[in-house]
This record gives sequence, structure tokens and C-alpha cells, in this order.
Amino acid sequence: MSSTALLIKDLVEKHGKNRNSLMPILQGIVQEERYLSEDAMINVAKELDLSTADVYGTASFYTFLDTVPRGKNIIRICKTISCHMKGKDEIIETVENMLKVKVGETSHDRNFTLLTANCLGWCHQGPVMLINDDIYPDLNPGKATSILEEYMKAH
Amino acid sequence: MSKYLVNLKINNIPVTVEEGTTILDAAKKLNFSIPTLCYHEDLSVAGNCRVCLVEVSGARNLAASCATPVSEGMEVFTNSKNVRTSRKHVVELLLSEHNADCTKCFKNGHCELQDLASAYRIGDHVFIDLVKPKDKVIDISSPSICKDDSKCIRCQRCVRTCAELQAVSALAVCHKGDHQRISTFLGKPMHEVVCTNCGQCINRCPTGALTERSYIEEVWEAINDLGKHVVVQTAPAVRVALGEDLGMELGTRVTGKMVSALRHVGFDSVLDTDFTADLTILEEGNELLRRLKKVLVDKDETVALPMFTSCSPGWIKYIEHMFSEQLPNLSTCKSPQQMFGALAKTYYAQRKNINPKNMVVVSIMPCTAKKFESGRPEMRDSGYQDVDYVLTTRELAMMIKQAGIDFSKLDEDGYDTIMGDSTGAAVIFGSTGGVMEAALRTVYEVVTGREVPFTNLNIVPVRGMEGVKEARIMLKDVKPDFSYLEGVEVSVAIAHGLSNAKKIMEAVRDGKATYHFVEVMACPGGCLGGGGQPIPTSPDIRKKRAEAIYSEDEGLIRRKSHENPEVLQIYKEFLIEPLGHKSHDLLHTHYKPRKRY
Amino acid sequence: METNVLKKVDIIFDITDCDYLKILDRCMSKTQDEVILDIIDSGLKGRGGAGFPTGLKWKFTKNEDSDVKYVICNADEGEPGTFKDREILDRVPEKVFTGMAICGYAIGAKEGYIYLRGEYNFLKKNLQAKIDLFNKQTIEKNFDFTIFLRSGSGAYICGEESALFESMEGFRGEPRNKPPYPTIAGYNWKPTVINNVETLVYVSMICNLGPDKFKELGTKDSRGSKVFSVSGDTPNAGIYEIELGMPLEQFVDAFGDGDTKAVQVGGASGHCVPRKNFNDTIIGFEGIPTGGSMMIFNSSRSMYNVLHDYLEFFTEESCGQCTPCRVGCQQLLKGIEAVKKGDRKPSYLEELKKLALTMKSAAKCGLGQSVANPFNSIIDNFREEIIY
Repeated sequence: MSSTALLIKDLVEKHGKNRNSLMPILQGIVQEERYLSEDAMINVAKELDLSTADVYGTASFYTFLDTVPRGKNIIRICKTISCHMKGKDEIIETVENMLKVKVGETSHDRNFTLLTANCLGWCHQGPVMLINDDIYPDLNPGKATSILEEYMKAH
Repeated sequence: MSKYLVNLKINNIPVTVEEGTTILDAAKKLNFSIPTLCYHEDLSVAGNCRVCLVEVSGARNLAASCATPVSEGMEVFTNSKNVRTSRKHVVELLLSEHNADCTKCFKNGHCELQDLASAYRIGDHVFIDLVKPKDKVIDISSPSICKDDSKCIRCQRCVRTCAELQAVSALAVCHKGDHQRISTFLGKPMHEVVCTNCGQCINRCPTGALTERSYIEEVWEAINDLGKHVVVQTAPAVRVALGEDLGMELGTRVTGKMVSALRHVGFDSVLDTDFTADLTILEEGNELLRRLKKVLVDKDETVALPMFTSCSPGWIKYIEHMFSEQLPNLSTCKSPQQMFGALAKTYYAQRKNINPKNMVVVSIMPCTAKKFESGRPEMRDSGYQDVDYVLTTRELAMMIKQAGIDFSKLDEDGYDTIMGDSTGAAVIFGSTGGVMEAALRTVYEVVTGREVPFTNLNIVPVRGMEGVKEARIMLKDVKPDFSYLEGVEVSVAIAHGLSNAKKIMEAVRDGKATYHFVEVMACPGGCLGGGGQPIPTSPDIRKKRAEAIYSEDEGLIRRKSHENPEVLQIYKEFLIEPLGHKSHDLLHTHYKPRKRY
Repeated sequence: METNVLKKVDIIFDITDCDYLKILDRCMSKTQDEVILDIIDSGLKGRGGAGFPTGLKWKFTKNEDSDVKYVICNADEGEPGTFKDREILDRVPEKVFTGMAICGYAIGAKEGYIYLRGEYNFLKKNLQAKIDLFNKQTIEKNFDFTIFLRSGSGAYICGEESALFESMEGFRGEPRNKPPYPTIAGYNWKPTVINNVETLVYVSMICNLGPDKFKELGTKDSRGSKVFSVSGDTPNAGIYEIELGMPLEQFVDAFGDGDTKAVQVGGASGHCVPRKNFNDTIIGFEGIPTGGSMMIFNSSRSMYNVLHDYLEFFTEESCGQCTPCRVGCQQLLKGIEAVKKGDRKPSYLEELKKLALTMKSAAKCGLGQSVANPFNSIIDNFREEIIY
């Protein structure tokens, strides 16, 4: 059994074999694997007796349940109005230059995916970004650079 | 318990309806028609297209009449200024994301959106065209169904059809916002997913987003090729529905006119799938008896019961995908269409002295799955592709119109001989329960020597539109050859619509139901509600078609398959005996499991 | 009209004299109906934005005959410009739990769920630990009520109550047809009270100090205080608890940077108020209600950019099921782009305003219905900025 299949078995055991568990199960997979692979969605469909299209249709509704491959770290820069006003474009440019990717792309080493996000709920401290589940408010280009450097060092 | 009654006014006219009635239905009662798109009688209520909006006095917003129940004292207006403006806006918005190349569209003239655009006189496009170029790439990977996302208005009827009626869910709503679309798993081509090709989604698609793969041009090509002998066969359910697309009243039987029209169109031999329907009964009936004997007498545990019918290609693909462990229960008989193809290019060709290489077999089917079936690798036992082209009832109606034939004025004509004769038992194949009824009429008589014990041969318990039907028949005073069946109560079940089939399959799999014989038809109502039948469909339309089928049966002199003289002839001359060598080679097959996920 | 002066208060985050187990005890010494009456009497209205009277919601749900009922805390805070619920859940989660437990007692529910937006996943660990402790304490009191934590995954629309239920049930977060309302058929189609995070905190305050204390604050139509999320062109961005019913003018005086040209009240789905209307705009249910978002724009800002951002947001965050919202949002967005570029005449804005009004009355849920608020208020007040 693949590691994905094992992970899904565990998640199903933890959350229960019913439709109400679909979100926690998908979230659990994304937590570990950063996105929902074809294999993962097939396994979930099997476990919960759903059609694969149904699983895909549900997952693709949610921005954080990616169905395309993502890097080990997902950077989401808030693009909504307050962060826009406080300079999110500069932050995006800074990160794009550091990672040599455009928004929506994953770095060659597959360590980083750069995305934008709708309002992250830190309008008083924008611009802001999420890296995986961790939040980084009050950004400026220098601060964003040093935060990313830490992540890059870790790899 | 009787329901509470609710009094309301619609356009100032009082009406009283049962509690729980929607505004839409209450308005129908007063003959106010409210336009709808996402609403469909066969499906759960979505309330998402917003075309059926009405104004309710005192309410802040307009209400979707399909989704809003009436309440006491309610005052509804179906044509107020606000309603008209909003409705027009909604249609304009739908048109702005719709690839309105109507003249090129297969559904031109049969499109609910086009009708609305016409009714509301929507001329110049006010709004900006939102059709994405990539959506204009049509998925034609399936031999049965074309999916054109640029025509899709996201009413989700197809998604509900696939989930609620068919328990397949090959299609789902995916993504959100401006990216929302109707998609297969990961957007894979239709032929790579669990789609059964049943075409029920086509029957309910209000636009041209889902249509059948059309082979009209290929068939004209064959007809115009003087070197080809083009044989046409017509399925039982076509004759009770074709008229709907040719200006005739719902429920009109047009068998004779259809045969005339096919000759006018230019087919060289006009034959009947009903002939092989009768033949199927003899093969399948004998297969059932053989299985019963192996189980009851030989105690052979490798023989699977209940036996499932195998006429419906949507059902076949469903069981291959979803219940492949139960494939041994499936009758080995090919469908009547495929038996016909295999015999046309062998028996008929020999009798008529035609080189099968120069023969083209065309089927007129109420079905889109038959298009897929004809291309299966299992279906080449004549040495050629047994059936070359499959047209839907709708496509035949188009050909008849193209040929300039005034259908309603045609004289009635009869089928050609050799494979053109049939019985009432074959006709009722077109309705849910019909195969079962035909089989019982023959099997009971073969086993007991007496006619089935039902008035006028009408086996009422297997008829009707209930999703799952069950019946039992006691076998007594059987003929000596069938002594092993003495006192056996034969238990049968019938399902139509794959979600009903799923119920039976699960019950059988889990040992909760024991039947000897199960009839399954993929489509609601059986073939008469097939994915290739005239659009629209509804419970009432299917009921009318069923009535036509049963009255056609009642009007025939021969109503038992084993009395079809041409069937007796083919056994005498060619097949020798049911389940014999020739039958085995030409009329039977086996199916293989397919991936469910 | 009765108005207030701007008065900052400190209730939500005040933890003095706030033993939540005692509050629970006090509630449970009353009957269910008495608790509900207190809430009705207080005049508390939902703090998520829609402003439905909280006590009535509870009463309707209590009156439903069902073995299973639910309390749901809507923590899917996603309205641009709103960040108060995160702060509350971070700093005083027990007050939220207490509000939920009180509700559970009042309506007869044994399970409560907090639906936390995925963007706030970093709160989960701490929150779960505190929930576990709270659950343990309620068990010890023989009070049969358990709180569970569920997460969203990045979908603004799941803040709409019926979309939230769909999401919790494992489906796409698509709003349902109404009726039935949640009080009759909510989560798992069972009677459900769904309240905003902040509402539940005021519930525990009302039960702690009595409805009269709450009624002392605010105006007749807008009882109590409210947590505001202040952002944009302000030297004082942050969270403030203020009495309801103040004129916008005073708010701008207190929070603006001296050059304020407009305030977006109520987030992207709220109204844009231009300077000329500051004085006659009341913040409260008698004026412009808000879930708490107050976004301030000074004269350096292009209102075209503001509107463009909002429309892009709605275009992406619409669930996509209903025509007016899915297609309408795209048309409004492409429409102002076309006018800006000169591809459409300025008069096209009138067509778009009519379309926005259709969306207001024809869309299936609050998302599509409210797009007209920012659209028409910005077009009406800043038309030149949109065209030129």
C-alpha cells in the first residue's frame, strides 16, 4: 500500500467513514502532501464510496485543497484591498525574484509554490502572507526576504 | 393523512393548493407558465438558474418559484416589471457565457435557452462575451456523447441526472466563481471515465452542451454509395416516440410510417430489431433454464444466480465498472442490436446473396450507449464490425426531415422479410419490465405447456414505472423434461434507471434478496426513456410512450416470441437450436471488468 | 433619530470578573425559556453583518421538535476588512465556548461546532487545547454539551450559513434554497442555531451581567456595542469596541488620517460612504449595519482600483451556482474595465447599475445580493474616477 493510501486509511479511521468526514480527510492529506494527487482522490473516493468526480468537484471548490502539484512550502500573499493599498505588489515582486517563479508557479526544486490569496484577515497589518499555516503580517520587502531566506535555509 | 391546504393569490387570482406545493406548481394550476431552465421534473430542485423568479408581496427579494413553497395569504406576481427585468437580465447573462453559434448547433431549434432568447426578443448583446476559447474545444472522445463546455449554462441538470437517476456521478460541478464548470474527474475525456454512455444527461441538457455523437453524414454516405447494401434495423421503442420529433402527438404509434420513411430515405433492407428481440427471448430463456438446472439438479456452485438481462448497453458498462464481481450473473446473450448485426452479415447476407463486405448495418436506437456498444471489440463475430452505425431516434427524425419527407402523410408499410417479423413480446422490450414479461410468456409455456396465468397474457405485476418491481410465479404441473422445476416459485425483479439497479445489485451482493432472474434497463422507463429519444422527457411523456407500446403489443396476433415464424425459420435453417454452436459463436459474449475509480 | 457619540467600551476582551463556569451555572439555574427571554430582552442582534435578532433565532430553534439540534459558531470570517473574530478566538475563546454552551442549554443541543476558516489554521492548536479543557469541565458539571472544531479550506462563501452546513457535511459550499431556514433544517438538516463569534461573546456577557447592562449601550435599534475592524488609510488600524449608533463623521474624526475621502462600511459587500455623507450616516442597524469592517480611503486612492479589487474578489469567491452572481460579477468586473479602457461608453455604467440591482433581488444568497452595495455606491459617488 502506498504511503498516500496508508495516510488516507488513518484519516478515515480518525474521522469516520462518512461524507461528513470528507473535508477533514482532504485537509489531512493536504497537510501532509500539500495537494491532492489523482491517487489520493481515487483512494478517498474508494474509502467513502463516492465517485472520483464528486471528490474532485468538492475539493476544487476550496482554494486550499489544491488538485495540482504544489511545492513543499506554499506561500500565499494576500491580494485584497487593504494589503493592495499597503504594497502587496512589492512583496509579490520580491518573492517572485527570490524564487524565480511567477504567481501560480512552483520552484524548480519543488520547495516553494507562490500563490495569491483573497483576504487573509490581517487588514490592519498588511501586507501579509501565509507560508503553509504560518502567518507573516506587517511585511515589507526586506522582511519578506529574510523570512524566505529562513525557509530556504531549512531546505 | 391529508395535507393542509394553503390559499394564495397568483397575479391576483386566488388558488388553493396543498401545503408544500411550490409556487411554480401552483402557477401551473392556474395555467400561468413560468419559464425554467435548471428545474426538471425528474430531478431534485436546484434553484440556481434564477429564470423562474417571481415577485412575492412583502419579500425583500424575488423568489425562485421552483424552490419556494407557497404559504398562506401569499401574493405572487409572475410578470411584474421587476420580474421581467430580472428574467431578461438572467437570460442575457446566460447568453453572455454561452457560445451562441445557434445555426451550427446540433440542438438548433431544440434548445431551451434559444427559446427563451427568442421569447424575450433578446437581440443585440448588451453584455460582454465571456466564452473562453479553451471551452470551445469539444470533447468528442466518447463514441456516444459530445461535451461542449462553451454551450454549458451550469444548470447542473446533467450532474443531478448522473447522480440521482443513474448513481454514476461521472460528471460533477467543479471549481467555483468564474472558473466553475461541469467536469469529469480531473477533466479527463469522457471515454476515460465511468460514464455509461446512457445519454440521460443529453435528454435533460437544456442547450447543446451535451449531445449525441452524430453519424448522420456517414449513413447518408453509405446510402449514396451504390456499391453498398445498407440494412437498417429499428429498435422497439423508436416506433412509439419518433412521431414526437415529426409533429405528431405524444404517444402515437408510427411503425408503418417509419418503415415507409426508411425506404424513402433509401435503405436497401428495412428490418426489425424486434426480430432479434424475439430471438433473445429464446436464447436467454433457455440460458435461464440451463442455469436453473445446473443449480437445482447438478448443484453446480459455479453457476451464478440470479441471472441479469444483458440487453441494455448502459447497464452493461455500469456493471463492468461498478459491480464487476457480479459479471458472471450477466446473461451471455448479446443485445438484440448486436445479435441482429451478427446475423445480418452472416445469415441474411447468405440468404440474400450479398457479400457481407459490401453490407452496411445501421441501427435506429432510442439509445446513445448503443453507439458505444457497436464499436466494442466483442462485437465483430460476423468477421466484420457487426453494426456499422447507430443513429438515435432524434437523428432519424433529422434524416427524414432532410429528405423532405412529409411524415404524417406517409402510407404505412411493412418490414422486409427474413429478419423483419416480430411479436408483441418483442415490442414490449421497449418498456421497463418488457423483457421480463416476454421471457415469462415463453419460459412458462415451454416449462408447463400452458400460457402464463395472466388475463390476456398481460403480466401486470412487472409493468409500471415503479423503480424496483418484484414478482413471483409458481411452476406447477410442469412437463416431464422440466421436473426439476416442479413446485419452484420463480422470483424475478425489474429495475430501470441505474440508481434502482444499484439497489438491487447491493441487495443481491449482500445476500438480502434472492431472485432467479433480474431485468435491468439503464434508462428510466426502459428504452422508451432512452438517451436517444426525443427531448424533452418527463414521467408523463414516458407513461404515454409505454401506453403506446403495450397497445401495439395487444394489437398483434402473435404475442409470444417462440411463435415468431422467422425465428422458428432461423433455428431450422441456420442456428439449429438455442444455445447451440452457431448461437454461441454469433449471439453470445462475455464482458470484462472495468476500473471503477 | 437617536444617535450616540463615539464611545469606546471594553466588554469583549475584558476578563475581569468573568468566571465562565459560574456564568454557566447561573444560566442553568434558569429555565431554557428564561435564558432565551434574557437574550430577546437584551435586543442583541447578530454581529456577523445580517443582524437577525439572536434571541428569536434561539426561540425558533428551541420550539422545533427534534432529538438532535446543533449550535454552530460561525468563525469563517472572510469579509475583506474584518479580522475581529480571529482576535476574539485568540484572546478570549472561553467566552465564545460559554456562549455556545448557553445556547446549547437554551435550545436543547448537545453538540456545538466551531467552523474556523482555513486561513486561521494557526489558531487551531491552541484553540483545540482550550476546547478540550472546556469540554472536560462541562462533563464534570454533568452538562451534556461538547464542542468540536472544524475547519474551512479557503472559501469566502462558506461564511453564508447554509453554505457552511454544506461544507461541514462534506460538500461544495453552495448556499441552499431558503426556506427552510437553519432554525428548522440546518446542519445535517436538523434545527440549528448558527451565530457569529462575537455574538456568542455578547451572549455570555448578557448572561453574566444581565440584559439591562447590555441595553444601556447603543440605541433603540442597535443595542450594545460592537467590535470594529479598522483598516486602510488610518494611523490607528486595529480592533476597537465601540457603542453602536454613532455618526460616521465622529468615527472618521477619531480614526481618519485627516484626508479621508470615503469609508467602506461593512467590508467588500458593504456600502461606500463619501465624505459628503459622513455626517448623516449612522453606524448601526438604523443606518448602515456592518459586520465590523471599516475601511478608510484617503484622497490618494483610486476608487476604480478599490471597486476593481472588490469585484475581482466576488468574481473569484462566488460559489458559481446561480446565474446572477456567477455571470453578473464577471460582467460588472469586465464592464468597468471596458469603460476605463474606452471600449464601452460611460453610459454603459447605467446598464451595469441596473444589472447590479437585478443581482440584488435575483441572486440566491447574500453574496450575490450584496454586490450592488459597493458597486452602486462607488459608481454613484465616484463616477469620474471609474471613467477617467
